[in-house]
Amino acid sequence: MNWRRTLESICLPVGAILAGLVLFGIFCSLVGANPFGVFGSIWKAAFGSWSTFQNTLIRAAPLMLSSLCTALPARLGLVIIGNEGALVVGGLAAVSMGLAIGTSLPPVGVQALMAIAGMVAGGIWIGAAGALRHYRAVNETISSLLLNYIAIALLNHLVGGPMRDPNSLNKPSTAPLDAVNMLTNMPGTRVHWGLLFGLIACVLAYFLIQRTTFGFAARTAGGNIRAARIAGLPVGKLTIIVCALAGACAGLAGMVEVAAVQGAANESLNVGYGYGGILVAFAARHNPLGAVLVSLLVGGILASGGILQRSHNLPDATVLVFEGLVFLVVLYSDSLYGKLPFFKEKPVDASPPAVTPKSPSPV
Amino acid sequence: MTAPAAPEVLGWWGVPLAILAGMMRGGTPFLFVSLGECITEKSGKINLGLEGTLLTGAMSAYAISYLTGSPWLGVLAAGVSGVGLGLIHGWLSQQPRVNDVAVGIAMIIFGSGIAFFLGKPFIQPSAPPLPTIHLGDWSSIPAVQAALAISPLFVLGVAIAPLLKWFFQSTRWGLFIRAVGDSPDAAKAMGISIFNVRMLSVVAGSFLAGIGGASLSLYYPGVWTERISSGQGLMAVALVIFAKWNPMQCLWASLLFGGAQALGPALQSVGIKEGYYLFNAAPYILTLLIMILTCSPKRTLTGVPGALGTDN
Repeated sequence: MNWRRTLESICLPVGAILAGLVLFGIFCSLVGANPFGVFGSIWKAAFGSWSTFQNTLIRAAPLMLSSLCTALPARLGLVIIGNEGALVVGGLAAVSMGLAIGTSLPPVGVQALMAIAGMVAGGIWIGAAGALRHYRAVNETISSLLLNYIAIALLNHLVGGPMRDPNSLNKPSTAPLDAVNMLTNMPGTRVHWGLLFGLIACVLAYFLIQRTTFGFAARTAGGNIRAARIAGLPVGKLTIIVCALAGACAGLAGMVEVAAVQGAANESLNVGYGYGGILVAFAARHNPLGAVLVSLLVGGILASGGILQRSHNLPDATVLVFEGLVFLVVLYSDSLYGKLPFFKEKPVDASPPAVTPKSPSPV
Repeated sequence: MTAPAAPEVLGWWGVPLAILAGMMRGGTPFLFVSLGECITEKSGKINLGLEGTLLTGAMSAYAISYLTGSPWLGVLAAGVSGVGLGLIHGWLSQQPRVNDVAVGIAMIIFGSGIAFFLGKPFIQPSAPPLPTIHLGDWSSIPAVQAALAISPLFVLGVAIAPLLKWFFQSTRWGLFIRAVGDSPDAAKAMGISIFNVRMLSVVAGSFLAGIGGASLSLYYPGVWTERISSGQGLMAVALVIFAKWNPMQCLWASLLFGGAQALGPALQSVGIKEGYYLFNAAPYILTLLIMILTCSPKRTLTGVPGALGTDN
């Protein structure tokens, strides 16, 4: 059986995270903090009790949605890093929709329209990168990166001028959404419904990619674009649709941030869920279900920022160092698949060598 | 960032003056990171992590300048910190199945984490800045004098660009880098170690990017804060494409981007407040438009290294 492979795909990521913890522990002791105390605090702040785990869940929700923005196009062989931009335009569109409707519709209807507005805006944003890729051969990594900056400038422009709420003094913001239109918390928790959006989106994305003909076509085109063209697959249409879906997920993340956390659009929209999502996607090896788990891990790391500052007197940038170290080691662990002798299958069964999915590379 | 010149004396003349100053001030970090990215990409690797390198460089330069009192030691420290991050990127991004874009983003997070962590104590104190070369002393207007006070780092960057062009065109080592970037198989047949050449290219590129960071914290804006970089490190990647992987065009492109960055604040200071942030987006929109116009599905970009971003 293939148990060695399964064991490998469990042991390598877990081992990588442990190695990242060890490196971070060394870093902590170098700067004079007790690593075990720090680990204890992170654990307590992130996963220790139901009450603190909810903080983790709140941060994991937008990461799940944002990671799909990289993970879906990756199956087509595209490296999209426009998560931040799609998130920002999604948030802006959702706020505009929410403010325009106001209270003339029941809250559920307003929320649905806000979600749709966010998804459409994000979808157009990343879909454009896909279209440029297909029609003009513009490198999608670079164009989506540029679109991030354009989106942030658009946010600053609208929030600082045309859409500015005169009452927001220190931090320019749009007018706040009506309180009834905000996404509520799930019953009995402090966690908003956005988490459910994230989970559903990841599960749907998994089924779309792994279990449908559409997903099969996308993966074929991602594996060998020439073969896909010869087989008559509509590569251009696939590229644009997958990119638009990916952008829609990040746009929905923006809507969730606006409608459940911020209550208005302001510069807090680009707090790093975009770039965090890219790393989640790569660490999950572009598997949407894996992205759920990795999002929880990263959400936990982000949630522990406050306690490190309070009880260990470490600056809030400590979580960035931690996140960076863990991801560097996780990325390295990708190169170890099929290299460690223990996980190698016995050469007796003459099955063809299994092909590990290659990480996509920009052209 | 505030407008460098005080145009109330000069009126509308302040706008071109501010743009000129912006070219030389804001253009300096662009120049160093884009030359660094150019070396890296010529060898066939992409380094998105230069944003982290820039921040670490800015922090190291400021901290060392404050602690030792010598800004030039700070510049050196910035370069050395860049080398450190470059070694990580160069090694990790060459492992099998490891994507260099992903490593770059992890390096942005790690580099900015290190910079903010170690730089926390240096936000308050003021470090000795680099001396400036006063080209504007002929004028009695202080705004002109301020705008034409240029940094020796800018001069250094301007000197490196043609040097780098000569290096790629006419030296053995330049040929090695181009061979590795264009056709790794041919390079291997020549007996060149692809790993070593790429490693050296990434490290050299990160060294330059670190110095670009030093120009941020020790020259303009000349302070160390966590928001000192407005994405110049990430922009470098777009800028190198814009410059078609040619060091001399990197110089012109950096001046253009630096000037474009100064356009928004300059117009704001003469009373045009509308669209301030949209002007800030000008370089990005410009790059995107140029890519749309120059790319085509029928041919590859001129000057692009053949193996750029591929797995081999």
